[in-house]
Amino acid sequence: MYPTEYRYSKEHEWVAMEGEVATIGVTDFAQGELGDIVYVELPEVGSQAKSGESLGTVESVKAVSEIYAPLSGEVVEVNSALTDAPETINSDPHKEGWICRIKIASTAEFDALMDADGYAKLIQS
Amino acid sequence: MTEREPRRTPLHDVHVAAGARMVEFAGWLMPVQYSSVLQEHHAVRTAAGLFDVSHMGEASVRGPGARDLLQRLTCNDVGRLTPGRAQYNALTTPDGTFVDDLIVYMLGDNEYLAVLNAGNTTKDLAWIRRHVPEVGVELVDVSDRYALIAIQGPRSTEILQSLTELELAKLRYFRLAQAEVLDAPCIIARTGYTGEDGFEIFAPPSSAPRIWTTLLREGETLGARPAGLAARDTLRLEAKMTLYGNDIDETTTVLEADLGWIVKLAKGEFMGKDVLERQSREGLSRKLVGFEMAGRAIARSGYDVILGGEVVGQVTSGSHSPTLGRSIGLAYLPVGMWEPGTTFEIDIRGRREAATVVATPFYKRPR
Repeated sequence: MYPTEYRYSKEHEWVAMEGEVATIGVTDFAQGELGDIVYVELPEVGSQAKSGESLGTVESVKAVSEIYAPLSGEVVEVNSALTDAPETINSDPHKEGWICRIKIASTAEFDALMDADGYAKLIQS
Repeated sequence: MTEREPRRTPLHDVHVAAGARMVEFAGWLMPVQYSSVLQEHHAVRTAAGLFDVSHMGEASVRGPGARDLLQRLTCNDVGRLTPGRAQYNALTTPDGTFVDDLIVYMLGDNEYLAVLNAGNTTKDLAWIRRHVPEVGVELVDVSDRYALIAIQGPRSTEILQSLTELELAKLRYFRLAQAEVLDAPCIIARTGYTGEDGFEIFAPPSSAPRIWTTLLREGETLGARPAGLAARDTLRLEAKMTLYGNDIDETTTVLEADLGWIVKLAKGEFMGKDVLERQSREGLSRKLVGFEMAGRAIARSGYDVILGGEVVGQVTSGSHSPTLGRSIGLAYLPVGMWEPGTTFEIDIRGRREAATVVATPFYKRPR
């Protein structure tokens, strides 16, 4: 369920590293809690993401939820397909439903995130 | 107020067994969704959805003075009811605002059943009781005598028909009949809160789980599914049915809520008539209107409406409309902003997003 090559934040984002670029999305657990997602407010390409601060919002029928940046860096790409198909986050949260890519300065923040086992324990507790 | 455990409806265990997500609502533990709000919503628009609305309150108003009492406390003309008919109505304050909105079912001569919002039931009963005359009216809280199941959607008739001998095709909109459903004595009313055809079944609490599961089993192949409070909210909003506590309350008059069709000034004296008569004569300064967002962001309850840089009103309800695929809502807007096509902005968490007044209801079922 939770890819072992990813890392996870306690705010329920996942991170996949490739070189110095981190792809970020919300976890399957998070999308399940939110329910049907109908709107995503994406960050702007070129903006600076700061770990722990809001990157954007995800709205389900019932609620608005912040997406918190699990890492700091520059937003280099956003998944604009979500604008017209926000439900992709529900159907494929860990792949097609990615939110944005961030070019990071150091891997220290990535290393501090939970691995798949740690995250699985978090959501079971 | 003391903290109290939320109450459970007679269908509580059935919901839990079905995997529903339960939340506290108006003092009750209610299913907010079973699977997907969107799927539940679409099921009601295209097939059928089953709602547990047993949290609603029921007041029995009986006796030779029952009609006069209801006439004095509400703005619609209860005198137009005959046994077997139902009417949407409002309990009004002396200011012409809402104590509650309700449906009055006339069960028989001198016998009415008022169905009240769960969160208002205690208040409503106290309010009505204050005005009950010394003789001629018996007011009883009968909320515990009924479980209330709503089956809503175009396939409702054929599904419910397999459980009752009452000829449902002959039961017209806003009519009711006493009939057996699976051998249990029930009241079946062709009413609802979704903008879809459908029925509300007042059933003995002990029979409710059996009726619920049988309806689901009979309806399964037709696309019926259980639906929770979240879908109920998106459905009622598309149909522009007001929600007490959001769109209407003790600060909004019945006319401001754009419910002039339930204000019968010619029926005689009633609570709040002076104010409603004056507003009707002099015009309103604000009115509840529907709007659509240009983008997909949802304008939620309480967000500011902005025109020319100034806050001119507030959103009372807002949601994604699953049927239209757009973001819709209701807001009280000042005079001059009621025409469809009028544009304004809504402050969505610090960002200003464009919105346009549209004609309502947002959705009208095909007939």
